[in-house]
Amino acid sequence: MQQEVVLAMLAKEPSHGYQLRARLQQALGPAGEAMNAGQIYVTLSRLEKAGLVICEQTTGLPDRPDRKVYELTAAGQQRVTDWIADVSWPGPGLAEFHLKLIAAAGARLADPLAIINAQRRELLRRLRDAQRAAMAEPERSDAALLLEGIAGRLQADLRWLEACERNWTGREDR
Amino acid sequence: MSDTDGTSVLRARGLRKEYGKQAGLVRAVDGVDVDVAAGETLAVTGPSGCGKSTLLHLLGGLDRPSAGEIWLAGRRVDQLSERALARLRRDGIGFVFQAFHLMEELNAVENVELPALLSGRSARWARRRASALLDQVGLADRARHLPSQLSGGQRQRVAIARALVGDPRVVLADEPTGNLDSEATLDVLRLFESLHDAGQTLVIVTHDPRIAATADRMISMRDGAFVDETRLTGGTTGNLGALAGLEG
Repeated sequence: MQQEVVLAMLAKEPSHGYQLRARLQQALGPAGEAMNAGQIYVTLSRLEKAGLVICEQTTGLPDRPDRKVYELTAAGQQRVTDWIADVSWPGPGLAEFHLKLIAAAGARLADPLAIINAQRRELLRRLRDAQRAAMAEPERSDAALLLEGIAGRLQADLRWLEACERNWTGREDR
Repeated sequence: MSDTDGTSVLRARGLRKEYGKQAGLVRAVDGVDVDVAAGETLAVTGPSGCGKSTLLHLLGGLDRPSAGEIWLAGRRVDQLSERALARLRRDGIGFVFQAFHLMEELNAVENVELPALLSGRSARWARRRASALLDQVGLADRARHLPSQLSGGQRQRVAIARALVGDPRVVLADEPTGNLDSEATLDVLRLFESLHDAGQTLVIVTHDPRIAATADRMISMRDGAFVDETRLTGGTTGNLGALAGLEG
């Protein structure tokens, strides 16, 4: 789990690790299912070492072994503020696939159209998974919104594959 | 292409449709074989002009093939008389079109019951069936609305209810979400999913990947021929977390 995400989830109020985890799972829905339970504690202890959070032992509840409450430090607060304002955005990594087509055609390793078809099949299966998951979520929930983003991204990729197909159909260097 | 074990609801062999003559000859559908299994949802996709709509028209008896054979529920249908073909279209096949094709002067429930009345069903039977179907598509409270009083998504759901009124062997849909915004598309998508779960056989021609992704199987078409076939069911591949950009 990305450090800034965990920090920002703490900005609301000092929290136990399990509370953070519940907040994350609520926001992520099915996309967060594979999230490892221990991950958040690993991240929290790194943040503590970096001086971005402090941790206090509390008496807690008898059925909760987790008795640490985490709180942002001033440095942690600043990191969250910077992160909120940051506009960097993960790229979809199109160049690799683009170059795969060119390399395959150039060295006659494979027919680019066959590669495009195989990729389309894979993306359609992913789109199917994302859509099925989205339809199972309550409308307008946080989890459904994230799944809509996944589906939208896949649709954009599928549109680009169509453009790839048009371009490579009938090309002389294919 | 698969499922030749006799359970095909819809089956075609060597299907061809040509327009024009000699130098101007266009092969809109150029020798395709189709098998649609009972309860299957098949999507046919491809760029506009690839022949997918023509194929659907041939399968539904809206147009006659230049060559080839078509069977619906084991019965050869490509050589039927005009009159028998009209009856087949009314009783054996449900059609859904991009532009809905509702009768503007009839309200929702009247649109849905119309094919049943034309088939000779009693008015009482038709109204009861139409009301049940409107309920099924989530429009029970819009039964008395004219199409002009409905949103695009609602109109398409009325059209889908109408397609189902005769309990057709197969529903053929031509770009059913082509005129809809993304929220209405999702409603239609959900509806197709529920039809699929109820065992309805569906053939959907679409260039919308969201619709294609709901199918059991997808065929890609180019220049009148099938160029790729994908089975989409089984073996989920993706971890949704990874797709959302979560690490590990």
